[in-house]
Order: sequence, then structure tokens, then C-alpha cells
Amino acid sequence: MGHEVLSRPRIGHGRHPRTLLGDSMPTKPRLVVATASGKNGVVDDGPTSGTLAKAPTGIAGLDEITFGGLPRGRVSLVCGGPGAGKSLLSMQFLVSGATELGEPGVFVSFEETERELAANTASLGWDLPGLTERALLKVEHILVDRAELTEAGEYDLEPLFIRLGHVIATVGAKRVALDSVEALFGALSDESLLRAELRRLFGWLKDLGVTAVVTAERGAGELTRHGLEEYVSDCVILLDHRIQDDASTRRLRIVKYRGSAHGTDEYPFMIDAGGFSVFPLTSLALGREATSERVPSGVQRLDEMLGGGYFRAATVLASGGPGSGKTSLAAAHVRAACERGERCLYLAMEESPRQLVRNMRSIGIDLEPFVRDGTLAFVSRRASESGLEAHLTASHREVAVFEPATVVIDSLSAFAGQPVEVRSILARLIEDLKARDITVFLTTLSDAEASASGGMSSLVDTWLLLSNHELAGERNRAIAVAKSRGTANSNQLREFVLSSDGIEIVDPYAGEGGLLMGNARLEAQTRARAADEMREQALEASRRALRARQAAVAAQIAVLEAEMEADLAAAGADIGEQEQRQAQLGEDERTRGSARASGPREDAGEM
Amino acid sequence: MSLPEVDPSSAAAVELYALVLYVVGGSQASRRAVANLRVICDELLKGRYTLEVIDLREFPALVGERHILAVPTLIKERPPPAVRLIGDLSHRERVLAALDLGLA
Repeated sequence: MGHEVLSRPRIGHGRHPRTLLGDSMPTKPRLVVATASGKNGVVDDGPTSGTLAKAPTGIAGLDEITFGGLPRGRVSLVCGGPGAGKSLLSMQFLVSGATELGEPGVFVSFEETERELAANTASLGWDLPGLTERALLKVEHILVDRAELTEAGEYDLEPLFIRLGHVIATVGAKRVALDSVEALFGALSDESLLRAELRRLFGWLKDLGVTAVVTAERGAGELTRHGLEEYVSDCVILLDHRIQDDASTRRLRIVKYRGSAHGTDEYPFMIDAGGFSVFPLTSLALGREATSERVPSGVQRLDEMLGGGYFRAATVLASGGPGSGKTSLAAAHVRAACERGERCLYLAMEESPRQLVRNMRSIGIDLEPFVRDGTLAFVSRRASESGLEAHLTASHREVAVFEPATVVIDSLSAFAGQPVEVRSILARLIEDLKARDITVFLTTLSDAEASASGGMSSLVDTWLLLSNHELAGERNRAIAVAKSRGTANSNQLREFVLSSDGIEIVDPYAGEGGLLMGNARLEAQTRARAADEMREQALEASRRALRARQAAVAAQIAVLEAEMEADLAAAGADIGEQEQRQAQLGEDERTRGSARASGPREDAGEM
Repeated sequence: MSLPEVDPSSAAAVELYALVLYVVGGSQASRRAVANLRVICDELLKGRYTLEVIDLREFPALVGERHILAVPTLIKERPPPAVRLIGDLSHRERVLAALDLGLA
């Protein structure tokens, strides 16, 4: 006696009593802030007095994007469709609270029994019975049986409060999960009463000071089927699980977080042997120091084009149509790495390893010795056999175990899905691999080019475009470096020749009809050579003619010179003769003069 | 309040009704349920019923054990089949139908 049931609004409000809780969530003004870490976050409008205490979830990534965890002492709502991971998230919140912080928790299950929950989570390495024994966890299964309930008048859910209060007090719970209270809507018909009671429940939990996680089914066009988001104002997390072309992808988004900065993207997450983990798109790679170490691409000419090869831990993307040589390029890189003794992990999505090894042998790349000595490992699975998640899980595991220096994913196109899907899955993988200093070689069909340029390209360090060119009844391959971070590179198209001798990159031949390749290039080159030869011959002929003319002229000059010489000589001889004659005459005069002195002068008149 | 109440006039009844009403002390609906049920029993089950009224606040463990979702909850344990009603029992027709007491 002496207890009064709290007055609760029962009649007079409709499906969405927004007025009870202020304005509706999605229209709330938001303030984008740059946080200390430099990341953009959002602070939802609301009371921000003091620093909000947080309860770490222990979920990798989630604590990062919530900047510390869920609001301590408040109620958080986790909504999502069936199988989205709501139960797991809330259970992991309790388990990590219990094991890491020693905070006891109560898991109120409206669906699974204690035994079922223990069995279902044992594979995640969680020992629920053990935690229960140590009084760190209490699983409370609330049976909701709609079949044999007759409603005959006014009622309330006070027993739920009594039961919860009793259990919380018994274990001294700091954390509480309710999964999922919406089961009540299936058993009881008075919806407005139920909503009012749940609202009262959330307020009551807050008053108790426990940190609570409430799960709810995703509704059509709304966050939850019964509009529970109206009653949870502190933190709302949305989980999404989509299956597209047999590929399963999971996404998490923080819809609101009052008084706290939070990431606003849709974050991919996965559920694997380690539990729940969220991949913030930008967190890991940012702090990394870029390496300037080069790793050879396995094709010498390509190394030259790239200024010495790929950067270590770079992400290399080779995109191109079917048969454009993507796998060959990957194999060349793998061979080069294996020859250096570096381990390679090859995720073959489209071919079996045997097929791949055989095909590569046909272009002179023998991978088999590396498979035998354990330098090269293949992970082969058809994408259609398991979802994206399973792929990622397996890849993660194998990367951790095998510790490769290079990982090839051939091809991404096998991960069918929308560009956003591809991007987020890629981001997760690449960031994880980058963080481990692994060089990543990706191939993708050119169909994906649009998406690649849309979002993927920012994740890719070196992007090689492979293309097929049809000309004169012949298909030829070409390669161009679309992008290469930290490298001066030519974006000129070069011919990419695959033969039994391996890969050869041939410099482009720009002929009259544009860039020429294959036989056309050879023909054009031959034609050009012939023309060159003829030109050369003509030139030689004219050179010869010139030389002949030169010789003739020289000969003429020689003749003229000789004549001149002769003339000069002749002239010189005359002058000498005359001089001699003169001198003789002078002599004669003198002789005659002296004779006159002694006798009469004979020739004085002659002078 | 949690005392079993047996009508003294029903010595060896042929068809003994065993009723348990779970309530929460202080709740208006609970109080109304007790009153409504008494009226029905006096009218139709005089001398052939037992009624136990249990305050769940005093026995919180029973909430889980008996799977009580809401209060007031009336459980007819006998005669079989067991029947569960919730509410203040103000819907007299529904109560009578559920308890298989016909229209009176």
C-alpha cells in the first residue's frame, strides 16, 4: 500500500505524441564541428552542460565514432531490421562492460531464452554462464505469450518495472539491455498504453542511473515500427543489413547523439569471431606515415613509367575490360614479390588457383614454385557462395595468420553491389591492410570505373588503366597510368603486350591515324622504315651527286690553279729573263764606258 | 490483501473455481479489479471458488515465475483450461466469457 501508479497519458494522443518530447528528431538543427582529432563530427542540439560521461561499448570502431561510447546513465536506442545485429550489439555492450570494467549487466530478452543466448554467443567466445556465475551478468527472459491473454479493462506494465528493478538490484547492474521491448506490442493490443508505458520505463531506467540499450525493429519509413525513437532523446543508432546480389553488407549510422560529437557517415561493420566491429572510414589510415620505399611492379618498363615501381603499402588498382591483362599484371607483381621472398596472399574471386597458375604459365609467369614453398597462398572462393562479410572475415583472418607483404584481390568486380557498397567494403579492407603496411593490388572490371572515379579513386594510390583496342581486325591491349601518388608519371597510352615471354610494354607509336598498336603498329613501322630507307637512299644519292660535283669542282679548281701556277711560272720566267737582260745590258754599258775612257765610247747612243 | 478467501458456504463443491489475482498495491486498476471480481464471484460462484490476491511488490520473484506482464492479471487455475485475463475486469462480458460462466 501507499504506492501510486504514476499518472500516465493514456488517451488523447495519437501514434506520435511529438508534443510530449519536443520537436521531432530529423528536423533538428545540427552543428558541424571539427573535433580535436580533426575529424568532422556533429553535435546534436541539446543540453551540453558539462562533459557527457560515456560508457565504452568495447566495440572496435563504435567507441571511436561516438568519441567514447554510449551516454552513461542514459537510454540508447538501437534500431534495425531482423538480423541486423541489434541483439549482438547490446549483448556485447554488456559483456565488455562486465569483463573489461567489472560493471554488472542485465540482459532482458523478450525473444531468446537464456540458454539460446548462451549457445548463440558461445561462438563469439563469450561465456555467458560464466559471467552469470560471477554475478556480472543476468539474463532475464520475459516470455511474451499472446495466445492466452484476454484483455478485460485497464492495465499497466508495473510487473515489468518490478521484475527489472528486482534484478537490477540483485546484481547491482550498471548496464541494462532490453531486447526487444517491441515484442510487447505483439502481445498487448493497447498501443498507446504500451508506448506510454515504455516511455515511462525509459525515464525510470534513466532515474536509476543505469546505462541502457533498447533495441527496436526498423519500421517502414520510420526508424522503429512503433515510433520508440520519439522517447529516446539521447542516442539513436541505426543498423542496416542489406543483401545485394548475394552479397551481404552491414552498415551502422549514428542518427543522433545529444550533447556529443559523433561521426555522421554510414559505417560498415561486421560480425565475426571477435564479435561486432565497426570500421570508421577515415580513422586508421590518417595517422600513417607514408613510406617512400618502392616495390618493383614486376614489369621493368612499368617501373620506369612509375619512377621505380609502386610504393610499399600503396593501393594499386588495375582496371580494365575482360582480358585486358589485369590478372597478368597482378601475377607479374606477385612473382616479383615472391622472388624477393615476400609472402603474397592472392584472393582469387573469379578463377580457381589451379586455373590461374595454368593461365599465367602461358604468359611465362610460373607461380607454382612459390605456391609450393609457401611464399604464395591463394584464397579462392566464388563471391556468390558467401556474402561480402564472410569474404572480409576470411580475408582478415588469413591476413592476420599469413602476414603477407602483398595482397591481391582479383577481382573486386566479384563483390557485386552498388558503388557505395564497393567503396565501404574496400575502405575497410584497404585501411586494415594499409595499417599493416601491406601493398594491395586490386583489379576491377572497367564497368566499375565510374564508381572507382566516384569514390574509390581517393583510396587508390596508383591506378593503372588497361584497355582493349580494336583496330584493323585486331585487338590489342594498352596500359596507361591514370594516377600515381607521389610520382611524376606519364599518362600516355602504351601498348601492353602479353606473350609467352611475359609482359612487355611498348612505347606508343603515333602514326597518321593516331596511336597504333599490334600489327598495325608493326606495319606502320615497316612502312615508315621503308619510306625512311627510300628517303635515305635519295639523300645518299644526292649526297653522292654533291660529293661528285664537289670533286669535279675541286678538280676544276685544281686545273685552274695548275694553269694559274703555270701562267705565273711563265710570267715569272719572262720577268727574270728581262731582268737578266737588263742586268746584262748594264754590264755591257759599264764595260763599254770603261773602254771609252781608254778609247772612244761605242754604245753611248744606244742607252 | 494476500489472504486466500474461501466462501464458507461451499463445503464440497462439485466445480471449484481456483482464482488468483495479481495486483500491485496502490494501483487504482488493481483496486477496481478486486472489487469487480468480488461482485462477479458473489453473483455467480457463491460457495464454489477460492480467490487469492497477490501483491507483486511483496513477491517480486513471482513476476518472473508466473510470467506476469501486466497488472492486474487474473489467472483461473481451475477448472482447466487455465485462463489468463489482464485489466481491471470492468469488461464484465469478456470476463464471464473467459471464465466460461455464460451470460447471467
